[in-house]
Amino acid sequence: MASIMVVPIGSVPAGHLFAVTTGINESFSMPVVRDTSNRIDPAFAFDPSRNQYYSTLLLSSLVRMFSSHRGKVLAVTEEDLYIPVLTYVFGEAQLDGKAAIISTFRLDDTLYGLPANPRRFEERMIKEAVHELGHAFGLVHCRDFECVMHSSSGVEEVDLKSSSFCVQCTNTLQTSASGTMTDGYTRSHP
Amino acid sequence: METNSNNRSGILIVDDEFVVRDSLTKWFRQDGYRVEAAENAAGALKLLDKGPWDVILLDIKMPGMSGLELQKRIHEIDKAAAIIMITAFASVESAVQSLKEGAFDYVTKPVDPDHLSHLVQNALRHKNLSKENVRLREHLSTLLTPDDLIGESPQIKKVVELATSVAQTDTTVMIRGESGTGKELIARTIHINSNRRYFPLIPVNCGAVPESLLESELFGHEKGAFTGAQYKRKGKFELADGGTIFLDEIGTITPKMQVQLLRVIESHQFTRVGGSEPIKSDFRVICATNRDLEQAVKEGAFREDLYYRLNVFTVSLPPLRERRSDIPPLVQHFVQKYSTIMNKPVKEIDAAALDLIIRYPWPGNVRELENVIERAMVLAKPPSIKSTDLPFQLAQTHAAPNGDTLEAIEKVHIENILHRNGWNITRSAEMLDIDRVTLYNKIAKFGLKKP
Repeated sequence: MASIMVVPIGSVPAGHLFAVTTGINESFSMPVVRDTSNRIDPAFAFDPSRNQYYSTLLLSSLVRMFSSHRGKVLAVTEEDLYIPVLTYVFGEAQLDGKAAIISTFRLDDTLYGLPANPRRFEERMIKEAVHELGHAFGLVHCRDFECVMHSSSGVEEVDLKSSSFCVQCTNTLQTSASGTMTDGYTRSHP
Repeated sequence: METNSNNRSGILIVDDEFVVRDSLTKWFRQDGYRVEAAENAAGALKLLDKGPWDVILLDIKMPGMSGLELQKRIHEIDKAAAIIMITAFASVESAVQSLKEGAFDYVTKPVDPDHLSHLVQNALRHKNLSKENVRLREHLSTLLTPDDLIGESPQIKKVVELATSVAQTDTTVMIRGESGTGKELIARTIHINSNRRYFPLIPVNCGAVPESLLESELFGHEKGAFTGAQYKRKGKFELADGGTIFLDEIGTITPKMQVQLLRVIESHQFTRVGGSEPIKSDFRVICATNRDLEQAVKEGAFREDLYYRLNVFTVSLPPLRERRSDIPPLVQHFVQKYSTIMNKPVKEIDAAALDLIIRYPWPGNVRELENVIERAMVLAKPPSIKSTDLPFQLAQTHAAPNGDTLEAIEKVHIENILHRNGWNITRSAEMLDIDRVTLYNKIAKFGLKKP
């Protein structure tokens, strides 16, 4: 049966992984599982001149590593990610593809000189995870600023949106899922 | 910035680096845009056919044709696309150059994601606003078309045809026609159909302004140029810059003004009264007259050189009495117009009244007709205008002198005066400068009867 697998890249506190796994569980009806074995060393994607990791390379590595997995793979890392043309990204996903990655680096308030706020940090992490997985399920950015698929390039914008899909995105998600998956995709709440 | 699936905005990315193309394509696809990428100028030009592209991101430094060169090419093909230049290192000079060539903005790699998405959104907003602006202007030109130019007669059709064909050029036009035939309306039609339509049409009634003031009216004046010139003032020629100046009643200007006008019309340059700085203005001249200018030239009252300068293209408006078939639609138009303005449910005119109107010679032409209808609309009781609502000149077409004898003329005159005063004997006697008894006697003598 297809599932969403949550994996760490580099050292990621177990608590973060757990929070993401439980946090996204309600948003997708596909079961969410964790694999804490940490099979990817991100060093190959490191750019010393930028002191950042090239997220697209990490994504391809994920796809290779989990080629036999049915469903989606979401990687969580504490490293700062980039794509060459941009200064940074919160995460990246293959649109309507298999893999997604999020970075917790810029979600932490202490980066902005504010006192740590674990609760808010966790919320941001979950929103970004749902957002990137949304892309992997074929969703594009949404104009509804409360929808989790609303584009956000700063933490303020992440805080503004909710962690759930708007009605339209929910519908798109259901139709695309039922079209591509044989085991059916229905939203159900336990 | 509508990004719904049917009408998605298109973004074209041109960069020689694969990673840039790849990452930007993915980034914008996730934003819901329609995205294509090309690695060089040739590929980009090919992709232009698959457009229209709303935003084009161009790398300045590329092997082969540079981004700057490509920008020019794209501009020739699609003026509307907003171009954003990408530079790998902040090469300010080429970025400035690209802005001068009309690029919307530029970014340096790597770009802040926040900045990039805002920039693209702004570019799209800008593009949509320009598109809307073009659309509104087109809409406006249709609204501007003067609907008052009414008539189906061959004479008026010919006039409209002449006016619209001369409109496209910058040729000086002279409009001839009796007073009230709609010379200004034709001037307006020419202006609105010309490329100057988004600039002003400045009408000047040369006959209405005394000569001493006409000079400052036309050319403007500097502060202190004459007593009372407290402020600098722009003249009509200056105000008409880019547009059209309409010189009405050109036949009335004095020889001195004629000389000045001739110079301005030929050089498009003048100085304000009391000023020394030459002012250039780009205007088109349309003039109108109801005088026989040829006769005036013969008599020496109108300069021949100015006459030839103005009389390049003539549009002659026929008097209303020569195109009576246009009277019914004109009447209907004015009834509609005043019915709306006065909010009065009078929508038609009865046959007898229309018959009177058609037969009247209309020395004042369309202007007189409009005034008669306006007056009738005030008096008319819904739903229609009757002959009694028309002024006495029309209603009383029978009151023409029957013969040339003094007595016949006296009879008609007394009848007219009585009619005008509503058969008020005292007022009519005062107007005729005779006493009331005499008037009574004359009424009895001519057998006049109160209607």
